[in-house]
Amino acid sequence: MVTYREAMRQAIREALTRDDRAFLMGEDVGRYGGCYAVSLGLLEEFGPERIRDTPLSESAFVGAGIGAALNGMRPIVEIMTVNFSLLALDQIVNNAATLSYMSGGQFNVPLVIRMTTGAGRQLGAQHSHSLEGWYAHIPGLRALAPATLEDARGMLWPALQDPDPVIIFEHGTLYNIEGELADDAGPVDINTAAVRRPGDDVTIITYGGTMRTGLGAAEQLAGSGVSAEVIDLRCLRPLDTATIVSSVARTHRAVIVDEGWRTGSLAAEVSARIMEEVFYDLDAPVARVCSAEVPMPYAKHLEDAAIPQVADVVAAVQMLGG
Amino acid sequence: MTGATAARGGGAEPAGGPTGEKDHGIHLLQQMLRIRRFEERCAELYSHSLIRGFLHLDIGEEACAVGVIDTLSPDDAVVATYREHGHALARGISMRAAMAELEGKVEGCSRGRGGSMHLFDAATRFYGGNAIVGGGLPIAVGLALADHLQGRRAVTACFFGDGAVAEGEFHESMNLAALWHLPVLFCCENNLYAMGTALDRSESETDLSLKAASYRVPSWEVDGMDVLAVEDAARSAVETVRAGGGPHFLELRTYRFRAHSMYDPDRYRDKAEIEQWKQRDPIPLLADRLTASGVLTDGDLERIEGEVGAEVDDAVAFAEAGTYEATEDLERFVTSEPVRAGEAS
Repeated sequence: MVTYREAMRQAIREALTRDDRAFLMGEDVGRYGGCYAVSLGLLEEFGPERIRDTPLSESAFVGAGIGAALNGMRPIVEIMTVNFSLLALDQIVNNAATLSYMSGGQFNVPLVIRMTTGAGRQLGAQHSHSLEGWYAHIPGLRALAPATLEDARGMLWPALQDPDPVIIFEHGTLYNIEGELADDAGPVDINTAAVRRPGDDVTIITYGGTMRTGLGAAEQLAGSGVSAEVIDLRCLRPLDTATIVSSVARTHRAVIVDEGWRTGSLAAEVSARIMEEVFYDLDAPVARVCSAEVPMPYAKHLEDAAIPQVADVVAAVQMLGG
Repeated sequence: MTGATAARGGGAEPAGGPTGEKDHGIHLLQQMLRIRRFEERCAELYSHSLIRGFLHLDIGEEACAVGVIDTLSPDDAVVATYREHGHALARGISMRAAMAELEGKVEGCSRGRGGSMHLFDAATRFYGGNAIVGGGLPIAVGLALADHLQGRRAVTACFFGDGAVAEGEFHESMNLAALWHLPVLFCCENNLYAMGTALDRSESETDLSLKAASYRVPSWEVDGMDVLAVEDAARSAVETVRAGGGPHFLELRTYRFRAHSMYDPDRYRDKAEIEQWKQRDPIPLLADRLTASGVLTDGDLERIEGEVGAEVDDAVAFAEAGTYEATEDLERFVTSEPVRAGEAS
């Protein structure tokens, strides 16, 4: 049995072992062992040049990752949490995402940025938001959301092979999930969405932290005779529209579960693509289950009320009728 | 307006007086004249709408780019700002490629994707053309980090203005480069104004080299109007950085003679102040010195002006004969693409 955290650690170990140019850099990744203990033990294994503790200077160390990537390295930059990545937004959006284009293709930025995202741990409004949709808005970036052990283990290596910047969002509630991982588990595809549970009556579209919520809802719905298909988007940019629309064309109903806020959300984008591509196959309007439009509250009952729960997804499916 | 080069924060005193080799002095003069005449032509083309967008002229500040970049080797890297025509030309980007870029042509050094503020060139390791003030500094730190990790003895020269010193990225980068002892030469072109805001209206401490020194980065105050002083300071700093001496900081005290950009009515500067600085125009300053020492004759100057004028004319003709990239190619290079058969890598 391994945890998501350990799967991620294996991925980093593989990257640093296979490629001399790869190194990990971020706040407390070394001596402390990583704020979520992902990199625990790697400093001893690879040394301080390749497991590189940084000051609390998100903009500088993300920018340094960009510069190092431009100059032949394959940096893995860890940002403690998505909220802190806002301190590096200039580097990510104005530099990492633009340099290839602005230079007419002369330069590219083979950089991977990993960050924790999402709510569910009572960390309040400055450590819990789900801003994946913002990053998925930006041309020039690839955005990944590993929701399974296999993806935690397998997305990093192909992300490092990508010649352009890739952001990996690790939902904070996933680090402790445990399961079997094949001994030969390794790189996975980072282009397509995956059907995590097949079904015929409705398509539940999820990613990252909401994938397990979607699976939980599908399980409950099965008890009442509704066969729900669960899609895990996996790659948030570019979106695998084909997998989404082929499922919805078959089930005729769609519910999108997104821990981001509803307004201007990734769920809104997925919904729009469904309308554009398979509108006439729909038997009901596309439904969305998103986070309440509040800064994330601390108290457990309020936080639970703010983010998509299994019951909310079940209710949304039932509202679609059928 | 200090004439001397002053050191602060440790490190060796830069080697003394101007180097006087005849050809070299003339080379520096010609480089500065290339930038000056190129930009004067840019202003004309702007008034004819052949160049659009923001156009920031370096006129008055040429000694900074020329003096520093002349001391670099081809393996070194340059990171510059949106006021970077001079740096690009000094680094070896052809006037043709720069002018074509300003005219938005595919023959431009960024294929017309960048414009005046985003000149790039992989061949000369010229990493832009960065138009977020302070945004280039972390990239320079990263370029140097890669050189350090791969055991290369390259130096990254990073240019920025006094305005950048107010940005967090300046402080973060200065600290990170010093903490990790990275080979970066930070070159602050202090022209006393962050767009329209005077230094003493934006900084509680206006001594910029003091800020660098507070990060234990050896720092030098240099007369940025005197290309020989800039070159001397830069040569010494580059040698030390290359030898493993960690980051160094040059405060190049300079002045732009033109407005911030073509949109700027320049209401915030006293005309007398501008005129006073023009008395120290880096080009006549060097030319007069070379003439006085018998290195430069009127005939030489005429010949150089002729060559530079012809180069500018040729660049304009090249740009105007250039082509616009097909709009079908609009989305190329958002992400990398494999090198196409028959295209240079």
